[in-house]
Amino acid sequence: MTEVHFSRAFEIRGGDITNAGRVSTEIKDLLKGMGCNASFIRRVAIASYEAEMNVVMYARRATLVLHVTPEVVELDLTDEGPGIPDIDLAMQEGYSTATSEMREMGFGAGMGLPNIRRNSDQFVIDSVVDRGTHLTIRVHMA
Amino acid sequence: MKELSYHSVHIDASLCDGCLACVRCCPTQALRVRGGTALMPDDCCIDCGECIKACSRQAVRPLTGSLAELSKFDYTIAVPSLALFTQFDPAEAPPAVVLEALRRCGFDDAVGLSAACMTVSETIEEFLTEHRGQHPVISSFCPTVVRLIQVKYPTLLDQLLPVLSPREVVARDVKRRKVVETGLPPERIGVVYVTPCPAKMVELVDHPGLDRSNFDSIVSIRDLFLHLMTAIVDVRRGGAAPPETESSAGLRWALATGLTESRSAEDMLSVGGLPNVVRILDDIEKGKLGRYRFVECHACPEGCVSGVLTVEDPYVARARAVRLIQTLPPAGDTDRDAVRRDYRAGTYRMPHRVVPRPMRPLHDDITIAITRMTERDRVLSSLPRIDCGACGAPTCRAFADDVVRGEVGEDACIFIREQRIQSMVGDLASLVRQQVHGGLS
Repeated sequence: MTEVHFSRAFEIRGGDITNAGRVSTEIKDLLKGMGCNASFIRRVAIASYEAEMNVVMYARRATLVLHVTPEVVELDLTDEGPGIPDIDLAMQEGYSTATSEMREMGFGAGMGLPNIRRNSDQFVIDSVVDRGTHLTIRVHMA
Repeated sequence: MKELSYHSVHIDASLCDGCLACVRCCPTQALRVRGGTALMPDDCCIDCGECIKACSRQAVRPLTGSLAELSKFDYTIAVPSLALFTQFDPAEAPPAVVLEALRRCGFDDAVGLSAACMTVSETIEEFLTEHRGQHPVISSFCPTVVRLIQVKYPTLLDQLLPVLSPREVVARDVKRRKVVETGLPPERIGVVYVTPCPAKMVELVDHPGLDRSNFDSIVSIRDLFLHLMTAIVDVRRGGAAPPETESSAGLRWALATGLTESRSAEDMLSVGGLPNVVRILDDIEKGKLGRYRFVECHACPEGCVSGVLTVEDPYVARARAVRLIQTLPPAGDTDRDAVRRDYRAGTYRMPHRVVPRPMRPLHDDITIAITRMTERDRVLSSLPRIDCGACGAPTCRAFADDVVRGEVGEDACIFIREQRIQSMVGDLASLVRQQVHGGLS
């Protein structure tokens, strides 16, 4: 690992639908400013957006730490929320606990976590029911 | 330093008073005021023309051609944007009269876009049916939107519609026809676009999807307007109007909703106005909106009728377009088999992939860029973050970018300068105190 890195922490509030998506837009802009290539940015954008939306939809609050080196982008997200009782089930495409209101708004297709996995090179998820969920997402530049 | 790309605006420093109006309105933050005048736009300019509108001193000018250029050719054909027909009262000057007026303004012929709009519309349908790539496909007919995608959303270039715009189709076909009809060599025939905005100049100089544009010159609606007014009076005095060539369905294309409404499809979106286009592109980039097949994007809020180089109020123009859509004859039947055949033959395809022209990163070497991003955050945290503009940059953040790129010093910020002066005054005062006390003791 090289010494060179950039980090920033973002706060995400659960239920804050007006600001939903802002953090992933900001992350995208930062990566563009650093000259990362287009398909890489797209993967990070999708992964970070899905992670952000999960907090807005289900958790009370979260801290997302972005960490960039010339080789890899890491998103480290810790939320305070209901947690996920069965992670294997939640990782299945099409599985969702979204309410009908969420579905009406176009969310809750059960593609959030699978989309994160598809767009990352490493994806670690652990969760404690009634405490919260922790995600580590790594996307390699090359 | 990379060679600056072509832009369709020119800034006359002798007229500029450094007021920041253009800097503040630029959607890609391509402009800066330094030393009291605005500098020419940075590479990330997308030719939207907002700065032309914002400048009250006419220091920012569009680089469209002039009528005098027509004398370069032995035969000239005007191809007007559909927006031109909304600049006059359609009860007095329907499209047929406006086209005839163009012929009396010095053009040898004038051809409308309606028929080509129908062909292109069918071609898009063919393309969408076959498209297996990512959705939604994004329209490519507004040059400012294409530039915006090249500059800020290069990840979306694969989703850009690779179909020729109706105007390029008409320009190509009319030139071929006139070569046969007149016996003149192609270079002696000038096909001229009558444009509602400066962005079309970019295509003329460097078309992103073609070897070269099929147009030879461009004049603006604004520059032609008074000539046309006189000519329209003349045409009307002459009695019987020429037969109408434009259609109701064609005129839909003058509005932001033209394409999608003409197909009345639920899986298509139309978006007008740059801030809205930016929001939609942001969403597409995050993987949203994949359930839509097609998104039609226009930089101008109402579509081409609200172009920067039009004359009429955009809402009056819009109302007229709606009236024309109601009153013009419907389009003749499009020969779908012929369109399908031509589509297979590539007749309406843009031959080249549009390439990215990404915004300048903080450095070309990513290692340095990452270091600079950390430095940028440090600079930004020392700034007032009220975006006052006194430094000549549109926002504190843009200023921090300029600082870490080494283009300006931090003390170009009046707040930082004030702090530094205060601390120098403090140092000086304590020095004086020391001297005085030293002298007394």
